[in-house]
Amino acid sequence: MMRHELLLAVAAIFILTSEIFTDPARKKSISLFSIVLFSVVTIAGFLPVKLTGTLFGGMYVSSNVSTLMKNILNIGVLLVMIQSVTWLRKDENSDRVSEYFILIMSTLIGMDFMISAGHFLMFYLGLELATIPVAALAAFEKYKNKSAEAGIKLILMSALSTGVLLYGLSMIYGTTGSLYFFEVSQHFPGFNLQILGFIFFFSGMAFKISIVPFHLWTADVYEGAPVNITSYLSVISKGAAIFILIIVLYAIFPSIMATWQKTILVTSILTMTIGNLFAIRQQNIKRFLAFSSISQAGYILVGMVGGSQLGMASVIYYILVYIFSNLGAFGVVTAISNATGKENIDDYNGLYKTNPKLSLIMMLALFSLAGIPPLAGFFGKFFLFTAAAEKGFYFLVLIAVINTIISLYYYLLVVKAMFINKNDDPIANFRSDFPTRSALLLCVAGIFVTGFASVIFEYIKGLSFGN
Amino acid sequence: MNILTFFVVIPLLTITGIILVKDIKRVKLVASIGMGLQLLLAALLIVLYVMQRRAGLTEEMLFIKDFVWFKSLNIHFALGVDGISVAMIALTSVVVFAGIFASWEMKFLTKEFFVSLILLATGVFGFFISIDLFTMFLFYELAVIPMYLLIGVWGSGPKEYSAMKLTLMLMGASAILLVGILGIYFHSAPDGEPLTFNILSISNYVIPIQAQRVFFPMTFIGFGVLGALFPFHTWSPDGHSSAPTAVSMLHAGVLMKLGGYGAFRVAIFLMPEAAKEMSWIFIILTSISVVYGAFGAMMQKDLKYINAYSSVSHCGLVLFAILMMNKTAMTGAILQMISHGLMTALFFALIGMIYGRTHTRLINEMGGLMKIIPFLSVCYVIAGLASLGLPGLSGFVAEMTIFVGAFQHPDLFHRLTTIIAITSIVITAVYILRVIAILLLGPSENTHYEQMNDAKWYEKISTVTLIACVAAIGLAPFWLSNMIGTSMQPVIDKILAVNPF
Repeated sequence: MMRHELLLAVAAIFILTSEIFTDPARKKSISLFSIVLFSVVTIAGFLPVKLTGTLFGGMYVSSNVSTLMKNILNIGVLLVMIQSVTWLRKDENSDRVSEYFILIMSTLIGMDFMISAGHFLMFYLGLELATIPVAALAAFEKYKNKSAEAGIKLILMSALSTGVLLYGLSMIYGTTGSLYFFEVSQHFPGFNLQILGFIFFFSGMAFKISIVPFHLWTADVYEGAPVNITSYLSVISKGAAIFILIIVLYAIFPSIMATWQKTILVTSILTMTIGNLFAIRQQNIKRFLAFSSISQAGYILVGMVGGSQLGMASVIYYILVYIFSNLGAFGVVTAISNATGKENIDDYNGLYKTNPKLSLIMMLALFSLAGIPPLAGFFGKFFLFTAAAEKGFYFLVLIAVINTIISLYYYLLVVKAMFINKNDDPIANFRSDFPTRSALLLCVAGIFVTGFASVIFEYIKGLSFGN
Repeated sequence: MNILTFFVVIPLLTITGIILVKDIKRVKLVASIGMGLQLLLAALLIVLYVMQRRAGLTEEMLFIKDFVWFKSLNIHFALGVDGISVAMIALTSVVVFAGIFASWEMKFLTKEFFVSLILLATGVFGFFISIDLFTMFLFYELAVIPMYLLIGVWGSGPKEYSAMKLTLMLMGASAILLVGILGIYFHSAPDGEPLTFNILSISNYVIPIQAQRVFFPMTFIGFGVLGALFPFHTWSPDGHSSAPTAVSMLHAGVLMKLGGYGAFRVAIFLMPEAAKEMSWIFIILTSISVVYGAFGAMMQKDLKYINAYSSVSHCGLVLFAILMMNKTAMTGAILQMISHGLMTALFFALIGMIYGRTHTRLINEMGGLMKIIPFLSVCYVIAGLASLGLPGLSGFVAEMTIFVGAFQHPDLFHRLTTIIAITSIVITAVYILRVIAILLLGPSENTHYEQMNDAKWYEKISTVTLIACVAAIGLAPFWLSNMIGTSMQPVIDKILAVNPF
């Protein structure tokens, strides 16, 4: 039942012990070892063992949906790990390879526990476990001021948001007398103190997902952190937080649905619009992708707003699509940053002439993020908007589609830089190494296949719940 | 395998072929063979279609093929054609075929150019064969997005600005359209019945009028922007003038027709009540398009701008005729789409060829071309005469049908707007003859031009194909208008059933 968490813990311990027995000169081989281990964990997660039920007196719940969510996160983490191999091979990082993998795996354990929580204490434990190692990761390049700054910012912001969240939880506990999800949902008629508790809880989660107005930390942390960590933050952390939010909203707070629908309506409009408007002005590609990922969270909220089964299915599906698309974009940024250290959009001018394959992958990834057919992002967005329209939120859908046009504008700016703009001194042609290429190839395959293969969506739809 | 699936499969195979081959010559060879096959296939489709109709098949759509795609949302990959879509498919394959030969001299990033061009064509073909709103929308967006690169990379003049403007306006329109399509979907069946995206199923059900009032304007404007509906036409002149030759041809010749076809097939066919109620707004807008476009063309000096504005005028006429909502006018609208598609493609091809020789598109810098390049000049005159509606060429057939149909309305409003629209014919004559006079007949402005060669073999293929089609429709319009008219009947029946005149 807990195979994801247990296997991850075992893998982390393996890596830790292997560190002891490895010759310091050959530490780089640990990354290969870790990736193989993690692939085993990922594959094991997909094994068709149907184990659903509860553990620890209902504190831990394992269901088909939670298994699916963990598997999706595993795929994303695997891609991030493969993408980071080149970066870990650098001399300045090669002495801390095992730390990197152990930290990533422990955050993943935390997220898995959160997804499977049946009790707010378990949820809180998972949250802390998921957050603190990420701060360490953000500060991984300790020789860079910006990286250290990102780590500090992240930990302070996390502490603040956790505090807010706990405050909300205490109100919920005070009014319902229990922290079990099931019992809370039974005693939640939604009087004022409970609503206040919910709002605090929602704000705490909004920090993690970086929903406007709780998004201010995002751009700085994303810019300062190493690229791989940025992609981890923007895809895995965010995806996990959204998974948890949707479970909590659907399972614990269905009785106050009218309230949280309004909350989500307002925050999603703000998130999309502000994320998009700020993205237009960015010059640094990491900040650019940071704001783009803020606005993507806004679209995901659009899917959630209906509270329907289709809504949940579309959100989970979109996260899967988003993993492939965003990691595709970040993969290119990582490759270029590793090879040249350049991270500005202007540096990408004329990239198609020198590195046509990278430019094409970047274009596909950005188009998928913008929702252009026949890429997976189109299907993902279509289903999100369908889910909102199903419950009559046509106005919200209209705002969302207008926002996709704004986002298309700035994605096209990058495409323009790569394909149209002239540059006397473009990034020279370079050949990326095997891990980078295979990760990018996996992303591209995902961008194409996830959309066309209706099986995937139907499978997710079959497991989702909602009213 | 269904014949219609080939219309998507062949372009995709052609794209694969282009990516695989190495040198430029072979790229062009693969592209022309692929699109030549597509042309033959379109001819075969017409023959098969007519034979099936002769054999007495009276279903609304023929060659129907239905694959279930996303089961839980009832999304299908549903194909089917009636006489109207067959005609549009034929038009598309002719224009794409001519476009390949018109861009024979493309030297910069040739492979990428043809891949994007054929990708665009794939979107257009897919749009015309779909009878499922979801796939229709998918192909619509697929057709729009390659435009950005085609104009941005291979265009001329303020290409980046034009490409961005065009893409954002068209994608903005498609965003509004998306809301409209979702609205139709969620009102596509009575309570309790499964919802559907299939156009034929939806047309058997009357969408509640409150929903129609909201979603008809969204759908109509969504498609109308692509059909250069005033005041959303501004992307068209900039886009066309910056685009490379073949792209202008495809865009004005085919892509703008997606707008007219969609407005007719989705907006009016599925929501006729709201269309009746609101048509007056759009009739006013389209009459403005028609006249304003014609006046705009009169004031321009750049050949491409002249033709772009004339496209605004002619495509405005298409939407105008669709909104008249009777059989004659709507048949005329489809004829006008085909006629305009062919002649505007011819225009843009010729402009591209002339520009390739003179390196200017300003008419007052050129003159006396008739003596220097007689073949191209004669073609230009033919295109011009078709555009101003000379009997014997396609333009006359289409415009005549439209105005006869539009004048069947007895009330003052419709007659008045029709008269206003008719005035555009006169203005068209002015700007066409002005160009011919200055460009082709006037004194030669520049001795340098006298060294120019006349059309090469590939240019001849391109222009002769188009001229043959223009003349064929002009001389024998009845088989085409019968084919369209027969398929128009169910639409008219639906309009009459819900709201008799």
